[in-house]
Amino acid sequence: MEIIPAALLMLITALIAALILAFASRYMGVKVDDTVRRVRNCLPGANCGACGYAGCDSYAEALAKGDVGPELCLPGGSEVARLTAEILGIDPCETRKLVAYVHCNGTPDVTQRTAEYDGLMTCSAMCLSCGGPGLCKYGCLGCGDCASKCPTDAIFIKNNIAIVDPEKCISCGICIKVCPKHIITFIPVEAKVAVICSSHDKGASTRKKCSAGCIACGKCERSCPYGAIKVIDNLAVIDYEKCTGCGICAEICPVSCISKLGEFNIKYRYKPTQNNDISK
Amino acid sequence: MELFKSLTVILLGSILINNYVLSRFLGICPFLGVSKKTDQAVGMGVSVIFVMFLATAVTWPIQTYVLSEFGLEYLETVVFILVIATLVQLAEITMKKYMPTLHKSLGVYLPLITTNCAILGVTINNISDGYNFIESIVNSLGAGLGFLLAMVLFSSVRSKMEGTNVPKALKGLPVTLFAASIISLAFVGFSGIVDNLWG
Repeated sequence: MEIIPAALLMLITALIAALILAFASRYMGVKVDDTVRRVRNCLPGANCGACGYAGCDSYAEALAKGDVGPELCLPGGSEVARLTAEILGIDPCETRKLVAYVHCNGTPDVTQRTAEYDGLMTCSAMCLSCGGPGLCKYGCLGCGDCASKCPTDAIFIKNNIAIVDPEKCISCGICIKVCPKHIITFIPVEAKVAVICSSHDKGASTRKKCSAGCIACGKCERSCPYGAIKVIDNLAVIDYEKCTGCGICAEICPVSCISKLGEFNIKYRYKPTQNNDISK
Repeated sequence: MELFKSLTVILLGSILINNYVLSRFLGICPFLGVSKKTDQAVGMGVSVIFVMFLATAVTWPIQTYVLSEFGLEYLETVVFILVIATLVQLAEITMKKYMPTLHKSLGVYLPLITTNCAILGVTINNISDGYNFIESIVNSLGAGLGFLLAMVLFSSVRSKMEGTNVPKALKGLPVTLFAASIISLAFVGFSGIVDNLWG
């Protein structure tokens, strides 16, 4: 019977607390802007701060003001971005400017492995053992650390290479952080070409290791009419500020390590390559 | 004079010797989480002082005049959590209505510290140490000031660490915990000072 006073006391305390709060919010509550409230209801409410604001409330306020786009919420992902964009009457695609891209095309038919790897099947573990079993020490390890971390399942592994589906990518940047080889970067969503190699080895050395690797011949640099490509540290780098997407570089590259993009990277990134023979 | 002496001992004791973060290891979560920048750390510290003061001012009478009266002292944890949560909510609503600028600077931290263990720890320690009402209030203010001190000290250490080249294995939380333990060691040096403050 000892429980009765205890239970009663808890009940009374809770009741008083509830009443106080109810009256306080009824008579002292500040009217929140309706848009802010609706946007706030869409957000996950985890107050994680991944968007760069102090919490979901302040992010909702910034969204309603139109200061930022709806793509910043990482836990919410594209679903939340879509819902908030609907409320605010903006196009969620317009706000998305970047997609992740894997700069490697070292499939088993163009490069070899030097060793059999028999350890933990994650890229980070693989990278710790002498940089991985591949001949090229710059390339994709293909264990899918990025794919397992991707919140929207936009990354899959095909032919031992990670591939990002630009339709599903929410540009959260998690894959860029987890990749131990640092071969994933952001490229503009409207980019028409991309370099699919990350090797900084000298041309001849790269060529021995991977027939799809950038040999730093500089042909792209010379033939780009807009001066958008530079070979920096033995690797072609595209300046997307200047690139117009004419596609000349992709056509003349002797090892086809510059890829045309669009139509989901020309149906899962295009094949290594028609004019693969360097002697031509 | 006696009263003043004993209150100073309690105040300095809870700031330096029994610092809630660095000696009793309560409230570690905001201590590690919000100490990256000094201005945020100050905001958090001030909010904690405010909430600790309010919580003590309300829970001490509840314990003495309600719980002890009915012999229900064992309910203190549950009742205190309930009361503190309500109180913080109420404070937030009031603040939002009448002091919007203050709410802007402190408001984000208030929900975070609603059921913070340091706050619950202070209110329960006030009871278990047998403090009277004034002593409890002073103790809670001291605990809050101690929290603010720890936050500010630690945030400056962390901003120094930002630019240093930390070994890869220790980056992030590990090196932060090392730094926290070293600061906490420094606070051990204060023990015994306050006991002999008035001879």
